[in-house]
Amino acid sequence: MPSSPSPRRKRARFSPVTRQVFLYLFFLFPAVLDIAQGMTGALGPNPVSVCLHDFGRYAFRFLLASLVVTPLKRFLGVDIMLYRRPLGLLAFTYAALHVFFYVVVARQLDMHVLWKDFTSRPFLTFGILTFIILAVLAATSTRRAIRALGRKWAQLHKLVYVAMVLASIHYSIAFKTWHVEPFIYAALALFVLALRLVPKQNRRKVGT
Amino acid sequence: MVAYQYPRPRSSEITPQPLFVSRRAVLAGGIMAAGLGASSAFAADGGPDNVAAWPAAEKPTPLNDVTHYNNFYEFGTDKSDPAELSGSFKPTPWSVQVDGMVDKPKQWDLADLQKQFGQEERLYRMRCVEAWSMVIPWNGFSLAALLKAAGPKVGARYVAFTSVVRPSEMPGQRGGLFALKWPYVEGLRLDEAMHPLTLLATGVYGQALPAQNGAPIRLVVPWKYGFKGIKSITRITLTDQQPPTSWNLMAPEEYGFYANVNPAVDHPRWSQASEQIIGEGSLFRSARKPTQLFNGYAEQVAHLYQGMDLRKDF
Repeated sequence: MPSSPSPRRKRARFSPVTRQVFLYLFFLFPAVLDIAQGMTGALGPNPVSVCLHDFGRYAFRFLLASLVVTPLKRFLGVDIMLYRRPLGLLAFTYAALHVFFYVVVARQLDMHVLWKDFTSRPFLTFGILTFIILAVLAATSTRRAIRALGRKWAQLHKLVYVAMVLASIHYSIAFKTWHVEPFIYAALALFVLALRLVPKQNRRKVGT
Repeated sequence: MVAYQYPRPRSSEITPQPLFVSRRAVLAGGIMAAGLGASSAFAADGGPDNVAAWPAAEKPTPLNDVTHYNNFYEFGTDKSDPAELSGSFKPTPWSVQVDGMVDKPKQWDLADLQKQFGQEERLYRMRCVEAWSMVIPWNGFSLAALLKAAGPKVGARYVAFTSVVRPSEMPGQRGGLFALKWPYVEGLRLDEAMHPLTLLATGVYGQALPAQNGAPIRLVVPWKYGFKGIKSITRITLTDQQPPTSWNLMAPEEYGFYANVNPAVDHPRWSQASEQIIGEGSLFRSARKPTQLFNGYAEQVAHLYQGMDLRKDF
């Protein structure tokens, strides 16, 4: 849904777009911090791996956050719809950094290895599919694209649910042993997705 | 005794460390005490300086990286966990039980092991199964010396190793629904265990092993992936059966019993063709090099696996 000025807003000092940009820039801070620390040697013996994994986790977090926006409004009446787009773009940005650190920095653009990675290693296949979806959604997030796509835009952007599921699988199977953290993330993801299945007439019951 | 060489960097490439015992002095001690084939070979060539140098890129990994980038799941699964969470681990007193199919089973006190078998320095490549590597100057003695002292019985074909279980000192051993099973166990074929390259390390960079590196005594098998190098060993048992090994129990299709470094056999989830060099490169340019068969020790160990299908017995 394109952002519309919220009725609860009174005498805002900044325009909606400015506030969206502020939010986006503010949450780029973790990336700036990691990169600055990585360049000064403060991330330990393997800064590449720290950045790679941190950015992946941030991508997941912002994707999750973007999916919380709608249920937050529907069930709790909290309207942060204005920030849904920058949250989605943050998810894409961190995913892009994550992919950059894998493809360019860690794998050094070795196409032979990368092709095998993405076609025959399930956790990487899930990962790259997630990224492709996020890239498509980011590319169609402009006002012009929203207008041009009309009804199809909403249908296309339902792919974000698929991305959330793929990301959950990617993260859960990315380790040598089973880690607890990805399953907590996956459970949260399933929860926010499941909220979409709640029939509209039942919303009062669930919201309280 | 087999006279053989293993590739080492020049002494001049070694990062100077305070308290670092002179390589030659340590080496000499090793020869006197152990009198092994490996040590004799070193003596015969007039010292390590005669050995063809490695490529300049292969210099020892800085001590701080060796001690702050560890896989030691008993303390936690993050690379930084072992250094951060091993503070309460007590490596002394320590004893190692040597038993099973041997003529002279014995409970060794760590100090007695060091007294009897000495300490020599071995500069080895360390290739982790996760496709990163280091170059580490270990101090220790050949496992073969200890096994010979124990006297393997006819029929003994494998050596099983057991690590310590101390949940109160090792946070990674507490709870952990999804963790490895404790104790961590590893194993070698007897001929692998008797190979002069196979080391029981009690030190690194001339200092006693820090807890996070497997204090006070650990296995180092430089032609195998790092997880074969079981840490904080409490028991060494000779058997006629192939012993269970921890990572193989966890995921048999990903980690074999042999775990020989092999660039042609990928881990199912990543390529093993190359490795990241820890301690080199920068944030935007990680340092990599091609992985070598048997981690560069093919000349010394390839004969152990003649006739075997290394893809099947990975």
